[in-house]
Amino acid sequence: MNELAPTTPNAKIANAKIAPATGWRGTVADWSSDQRAFRTVSWGKAMMWVFLLSDTFVFSCFLIAYMTARMSTTVPWPMPSEVFALEVSGHHFPLLLIAIMTFVLISSSGTMAMAVNFGYRRDRRKTAALMLATALLGAAFVGMQAFEWTKLISEGVRPWGNPWGAEQFGASFFMITGFHGTHVTIGVIFLLIIARKVWRGDFDGGRRGFFTSRKGNYEIVEITGLYWHFVDLVWVFIFALFYLW
Amino acid sequence: MTDVTHGTLEPLSAGGIDDVELYHPKSWITKYVFSQDAKVIAIQYALTALAIGLVALVLSWLMRMQIAFPGLLSFIDAERYYQFITMHGMIMVIYLLTALFLGGFGNYLIPLMLGARDMVFPYVNMLSFWIYFLAVLVLAGGFFVPGGPTGAGWTLYPPQAILANTPGQQWGIIVLLVSLMLFIIGFTMGGLNYVVTVLQGRCRGMTLMRMPLTIWGIFTATIMALLAFPALFVGAVMMLLDRLIGTSFFMPAIVAMGEQLGHKGGSPILFQHLFWFFGHPEVYIVALPAFGIVSDLISTHARKNIFGYRMMVWALVAIGALSFVVWAHHMYVSGMHPSFGFFFATTTLIIAIPTAIKVYNWVLTLWRGDIHFTPPMLFALGFIVTFVNGGLTGLFLGNVVVDVPLSDTMFVVAHFHMVMGVAPILVVFGAIYHWYPKITGRMLDDALARLHFWVTFLGAYLIFFPMHYIGLMGVPRRYHEMGEMAFVPPSTATLNAFITIVALIVGAAQLVFVFNLAWSLRKGRPAGGNPWRATTLEWQTPQTPPAHGNWGQTLPVVYRWAYDYSVPGAAQDFLPQNQPPDPGTA
Repeated sequence: MNELAPTTPNAKIANAKIAPATGWRGTVADWSSDQRAFRTVSWGKAMMWVFLLSDTFVFSCFLIAYMTARMSTTVPWPMPSEVFALEVSGHHFPLLLIAIMTFVLISSSGTMAMAVNFGYRRDRRKTAALMLATALLGAAFVGMQAFEWTKLISEGVRPWGNPWGAEQFGASFFMITGFHGTHVTIGVIFLLIIARKVWRGDFDGGRRGFFTSRKGNYEIVEITGLYWHFVDLVWVFIFALFYLW
Repeated sequence: MTDVTHGTLEPLSAGGIDDVELYHPKSWITKYVFSQDAKVIAIQYALTALAIGLVALVLSWLMRMQIAFPGLLSFIDAERYYQFITMHGMIMVIYLLTALFLGGFGNYLIPLMLGARDMVFPYVNMLSFWIYFLAVLVLAGGFFVPGGPTGAGWTLYPPQAILANTPGQQWGIIVLLVSLMLFIIGFTMGGLNYVVTVLQGRCRGMTLMRMPLTIWGIFTATIMALLAFPALFVGAVMMLLDRLIGTSFFMPAIVAMGEQLGHKGGSPILFQHLFWFFGHPEVYIVALPAFGIVSDLISTHARKNIFGYRMMVWALVAIGALSFVVWAHHMYVSGMHPSFGFFFATTTLIIAIPTAIKVYNWVLTLWRGDIHFTPPMLFALGFIVTFVNGGLTGLFLGNVVVDVPLSDTMFVVAHFHMVMGVAPILVVFGAIYHWYPKITGRMLDDALARLHFWVTFLGAYLIFFPMHYIGLMGVPRRYHEMGEMAFVPPSTATLNAFITIVALIVGAAQLVFVFNLAWSLRKGRPAGGNPWRATTLEWQTPQTPPAHGNWGQTLPVVYRWAYDYSVPGAAQDFLPQNQPPDPGTA
């Protein structure tokens, strides 16, 4: 884990003479100290955390708005388990595709976590391969979502109406899954970019970034991972609140 | 409660954080246009915000002309009047005040006051400005699209915001919503920088509880903005979908012009909740940086430490937190469940406690201080008085039973212009008079500054005091023309004419300020490094104006809090934050 340490600025903090206090005492000590409030957190990681906090509010607003619409509508809400059911060889499976999508996305969190681990071991090839695997799983998720959209559209679901009930069903569905799918797609693109950098050895050779002209390091793998896990976590809430409700 | 480190601290590079690699501009374009230096970005933000703010000022003149002398300017028909209202409100609240306080002062002051070389991610910071700039261009583009900008009122309430026959329904509303989304994306990029710089990028010795209150104000406001803007973003996305592809998030079933529209089942109140979940914190996003800046101006120009620094910090944080649970006090008459009113009235009135702590502490800082009536001090004093006035009418409006008759009258207009229009703008002026010498190396002209202050300050009262009265008489807001209304006495028309004339004068007086800014850039008295003899780090830079990287070879080391003025026994009446304690007196 500390393989990374000597190369990053913040790692010197971790190795500094101050013995880190733990628990609340440690938190208080960190916050009342100079220079940084989170002793072991680099700038990039802190920024991703704050961004995710902000993005949490975006998704919360989407979900709460959707739940308000669902609770206040006077016409029946279509049954998600029926709408998202598939017929496979004569059997009727409610939420089959959604279950597979959820499985794929959560598995991608696993490969991502392994990529972070190998990143800290500076194992260039395995890190890149696992990030690629994560990106493929993510792309598979988006692909299945595209299939799901196509199926619903062919059945007559539109943002302004559907054959079964409240028209907010289609509107919320396309808006929320679309916004989440956009997040996944952006994540896939980032994963591919970072995987390429890892593969090329940018973080071993201290190659400078194209835009920022700053040197990167393997921590970017973990930062990408934070974003990826967040996108997965959001999906769990969408799954629970949109499909299972 | 002075807070001084005894003994010496190691210079920074040994203290733990490597000196950050800076981006070094290679050409004029990367130095001044696509600059990654927070100071240049700050000036870009400030000039863009002030420029679009001048447009909003002219719009307010046009509205006032119509209110006082209906029909005199024949081009102001009802549609244009509503477009002017909408754009005036939107520009002033978001594109001027939010951008100026956080993008302008935030960018300039955070790295300098914290002893950092720059923001933590200068490239993202640059993107932030250019996306903001794009948002302003798109917003201004609204004036040139067919049908003009939207006239939905700055709150953009559906369903009327997207119904046919609302001015700007064709293009204006789309343009505005896109511009808002761009603004939020751009702001988020900047806001992440400000928060992380404050949390993780301070210099040796600069603890959170030694930060100047200006930074505390900007920091708290930025966190609030990062949590409040998402609601506006979501509201904008949903309204855009309603308008463009015919969803019904906010649109109930409506018969308009004898025709059944395609929408059904949406909730207009939902938009109001989303909007005000952003909108009320927005008031404090503008106010908290002003609170912080005023604390520093008062302390510096009264040569006295701020009274109750710790309480000031906690009051800022408490106001920030409380402002997220008061939003529906904007919606007492919207038709939400009546028992909500009780909850939101209570939380609203609780905010008065931390706010009162701040006002008392400002007054107690002034108490027996060595008050210098410099222009920044005048504006700071003007702010306190104005903020108290505006805040007191806020207590009126926070109560449901008082709000119901007063809502949608000019009383509300007078209230929020006092509390979040005039008061923060006075701080903007005070802050510019205070920091202009650091930004340019020259002082602004004192006589012009005083003229600017007195006309603006007295003028603002002449405008908005009578407006409270007009509101109490029952004059409704947002009416293009009063016409024959039995309950509105004719005397209000005279008062309205008076207000308009004063507003024209006050608006024109801002040209004095603009002239002063331009003239002093070349002809102003050289300021030296620390003209106000202030303690905070931005006044201790090796060069004035500070060069790229701010601090020359070594970063500063902080030994004390930001308010060591008139310390007994000290050789001079201020001790800069980076001055080590005298070993003899320690």
